[in-house]
Amino acid sequence: MASIDIDNVRKNYGAVPVLHGVDLTIKDGEFIVLVGPSGCGKSTLLRTVAGLEEVSSGEIRIGGARVNERHPKDRDIAMVFQSYALYPHMNVAENMSYSLRLRRAAKERIASAVSNAAGKLGLEPLLERRPKALSGGQRQRVAMGRAIVRQPKAFLFDEPLSNLDARLREQMRAEIKTLHRDLGATSIYVTHDQIEAMTLADRVVAMHGGIVQQVGSPLELYDRPANLFVASFIGSPAMNLLKGTYDASGAEAGIVLPDGTRIALSGPYALQSGTEVTLGIRPEHVVLSPIDGLPARVSLVEPTGFGIILHLSVHDLPLIAFTLDRTRLQSGPTTAIAFPPEHLHLFDGAGNRVVRAN
Amino acid sequence: MRVSFLGTVFHRLAILAYLLFALFPLFWLVKVSVTPNDLLYSEGIRLWPSRTSFEHFRFVLENSAFPLFFRNSLIVATSTAVIVTVLASLAGYAFSRFAFRGRAWLVALMLLTQMFPLVMLVAPIFKMLTPLGLTNSLTGLVIVYTAFNVPFATFLMQSFFDGIPKELEEAAKIDGATQFMAFRQIILPLTLPGIAATLGFVFTAAWSELLFALMLISGNAAATFPVGLLSFVSKFSVDFGQMMAAGVLALIPACLFFLLIQRYLVQGLTAGAVKG
Amino acid sequence: MAIADALSTMPGTRRSLRDRVALRLEPYLYTAPALILIAAVMLVPLVLGLSYAFRDIQLLNPFSGGFVGLEHFRTLWGDANFFRALRNTLWWTGASVFLQFALGLILALLLDRPFAGRGLVQALVFLPWAVPTFLTGLNWAWMFNPVIGPLPHWLYALGILDAPNNILSDPSLAMWGPIAANVWWGVPFFAITLLAALQAIPRDLYEAAAIDGAGAFRRFSTITLPFLAPTIAITILLRTVWIANFADLIVVMTNGGPADRTQIVASYIFTQAFKALDFGYASAIAVVLLVLLMIYSMLIVLLRQTLLERG
Ligand SMILES: Nc1ncnc2c1ncn2[C@@H]1O[C@H](COP(=O)(O)OP(=O)(O)O)[C@@H](O)[C@H]1O
Ligand SMILES: [Mg+2]
Repeated sequence: MASIDIDNVRKNYGAVPVLHGVDLTIKDGEFIVLVGPSGCGKSTLLRTVAGLEEVSSGEIRIGGARVNERHPKDRDIAMVFQSYALYPHMNVAENMSYSLRLRRAAKERIASAVSNAAGKLGLEPLLERRPKALSGGQRQRVAMGRAIVRQPKAFLFDEPLSNLDARLREQMRAEIKTLHRDLGATSIYVTHDQIEAMTLADRVVAMHGGIVQQVGSPLELYDRPANLFVASFIGSPAMNLLKGTYDASGAEAGIVLPDGTRIALSGPYALQSGTEVTLGIRPEHVVLSPIDGLPARVSLVEPTGFGIILHLSVHDLPLIAFTLDRTRLQSGPTTAIAFPPEHLHLFDGAGNRVVRAN
Repeated sequence: MRVSFLGTVFHRLAILAYLLFALFPLFWLVKVSVTPNDLLYSEGIRLWPSRTSFEHFRFVLENSAFPLFFRNSLIVATSTAVIVTVLASLAGYAFSRFAFRGRAWLVALMLLTQMFPLVMLVAPIFKMLTPLGLTNSLTGLVIVYTAFNVPFATFLMQSFFDGIPKELEEAAKIDGATQFMAFRQIILPLTLPGIAATLGFVFTAAWSELLFALMLISGNAAATFPVGLLSFVSKFSVDFGQMMAAGVLALIPACLFFLLIQRYLVQGLTAGAVKG
Repeated sequence: MAIADALSTMPGTRRSLRDRVALRLEPYLYTAPALILIAAVMLVPLVLGLSYAFRDIQLLNPFSGGFVGLEHFRTLWGDANFFRALRNTLWWTGASVFLQFALGLILALLLDRPFAGRGLVQALVFLPWAVPTFLTGLNWAWMFNPVIGPLPHWLYALGILDAPNNILSDPSLAMWGPIAANVWWGVPFFAITLLAALQAIPRDLYEAAAIDGAGAFRRFSTITLPFLAPTIAITILLRTVWIANFADLIVVMTNGGPADRTQIVASYIFTQAFKALDFGYASAIAVVLLVLLMIYSMLIVLLRQTLLERG
């Protein structure tokens, strides 16, 4: 096991830049999740770490040693592909032992490593089968097994669960977390699914357009998104974002929405009065039916079973609220809402988070 | 979808009709080859002779140069098939896996070779091979046939390589394989059907080639089966039983190969039709 | 763990300069053997052949080899045999391609429908394609021979022929011999290609059309044909060129006779080179054939373009 350092890594395909100087330090044993929309360069970054793509500039270190010039086989990493990439002409045991056989490990060691991994993943009864004869979930396990028999320095996962149905995905997610707890291996996990990112990660790396937007623990990203991209990408249903103007004139600072509504903030921010800003509030923080709230029309009620999603409009501005209160299912055509100041997020014109001045 | 009973009957009858059309000439070849000489004319148009014999086969195998022709053809066709498959695997792999400068030009060049009349090359190739001592030699034929078949075989192999996900090689590299080991241990085993198909196509093509063999070979020593059979026909054009027995012999290897590869025919010809 | 440790202490295999050069060269190394061979055995002779067209090259005449300019082309312009061969080529190619395509399409449609034993039937109907062309030619020549073959007798019985004679020696009918052999041999190629294209048509399209109330004919004309059109176009283009160049059957079955009535340009080139050993003249004819085929291909491409623009 080892740490991984990604140091100002750039990658161009021809003239097209895909990674714009990525910096990232991954501690030994840490589980990092790269999350971002499709096409943002997650796979490319992962593949440069694996050595499947060469970087255009920058440095990658595994365990402190520069690996830019090393072939994938000499980097001692394991990778789980989205398509699993199981060798169709080898059975499960052969698939799992291929790397050890290439390294000419002793027969007994191979056998024990394979049976060990198979035990962990519940693959014992399938060892003789070819990948063709396995279900999607079983193939996924074999791909995992192939990675763990190696006991590599690091695990790389490229959307390993996205070909599974929702149920299996949940189950495998938990298994991956358990495996990581048992093995403690440094892992980089790529996904476009924010639930996977939140549940698995020690730290989440949010990427967009080949640029790292924010690095932090899942709750950090959720509670203090560094910019509009992270704010809108993390969380489901997504954070409400309202355009407005910062106004420090009154007793309390506030935001004036285009229709003139003023929303109070807690405390002054490091902003000039009159600055264009974006106000953010998560649906579950929208307070329904307060004593003196803003009037809102209910346009749609979506029960999810767990809670209820309310589609509202406040002076023609669309807004989403989430509540666990089932009586809301019968809510009438109008209601009132309030925005608790302690749950408001503020972003400046460039989309970056603005912090409270103190 | 529901299909009417009448439609089904018509469908089966049409298939039967085509089967008869496809198989009758081959049946006739076999029929004449096993008809004894004394019945050849008296039972000329009977569907099956009242008595069969293998006398023509025995004669052809024992008293003619056909075993030699057969051997020559076998050598030429096998060597051509093997060499072409090796060259086409390498080139097809490069076309499938690498993006490199000039790739489009090379593909266009290979397509071009599929378009111009090969008969144009009869005279120049004869002139080129004569000073090298490669006329009247099996080696010369193998070289010419190899070049003629490489472009199509390359496209064929490329289509098989294209069907193998790139991730498999990447997984192998991460598992610790070099590029060459990944090619040999992962890609090649998965391409075996493609290799078999290519071997079969090229073998059949080389086994059948006539014009260049006629031009480049004179005399029996290096004659291939087509050349031998054609000169036999023009010399002894009355001995139908023997000629057809020889014809049946020429048919056997090609048909064997065909049965081996026919599963991949659709795939192969599609590749050929689309690319060249 | 021991292995991982061993690896981490192993000096990293650096991608040296040599390594990088090798990586750049790799695709060229893979393609080089094939390309060198193609260049030596196809492109060099092609260029030589073009030059022969302007030279006097007679194999048996040691004093030949001089430059004659457009002499061969002037001879060609007055060569009635060549123009007959050109007409025959059109006839041979047109009839062969049309019949191969029509039968091939029918066969593909028949085979596209599942039935018991389809695999076996498919293998059997495709078998003619595996028969060597020289043998195809000989076999059909034998079948047209009234002494040994049934065809003249059948055609006579059907009233198509006035007497059970060999059509290969009848100047007005001889071309049908090689065409019949060519059709028999070439239908599988069309059938296989079209079958592959047919099987690539998504089945739910047919189901959707059937639900919308389209009958069998409408489904064929609105789904099948448009889907097959690109395959049909390219296959016919390529086959036309190929068949125009395909001299084997004619050389084997009629050798251009009787009275040159089955001589096509390709077989004429071969005869000039092989029998008359006049390589210069043969090459000049070949150049003309090449130009004609190129014009044909270009016209087809242009036609396609205008059709696409209008459509
Ligand atoms: N081999 C390649 N050549 C050119 N562009 C590529 C290549 N691979 C990926 N890209 C481009 O790089 C960008 C990032 O791709 P990728 O890393 O696969 O995204 P992600 O995994 O985040 O969905 C995409 O816009 C993609 O089109
Ligand atoms: Mg990706």
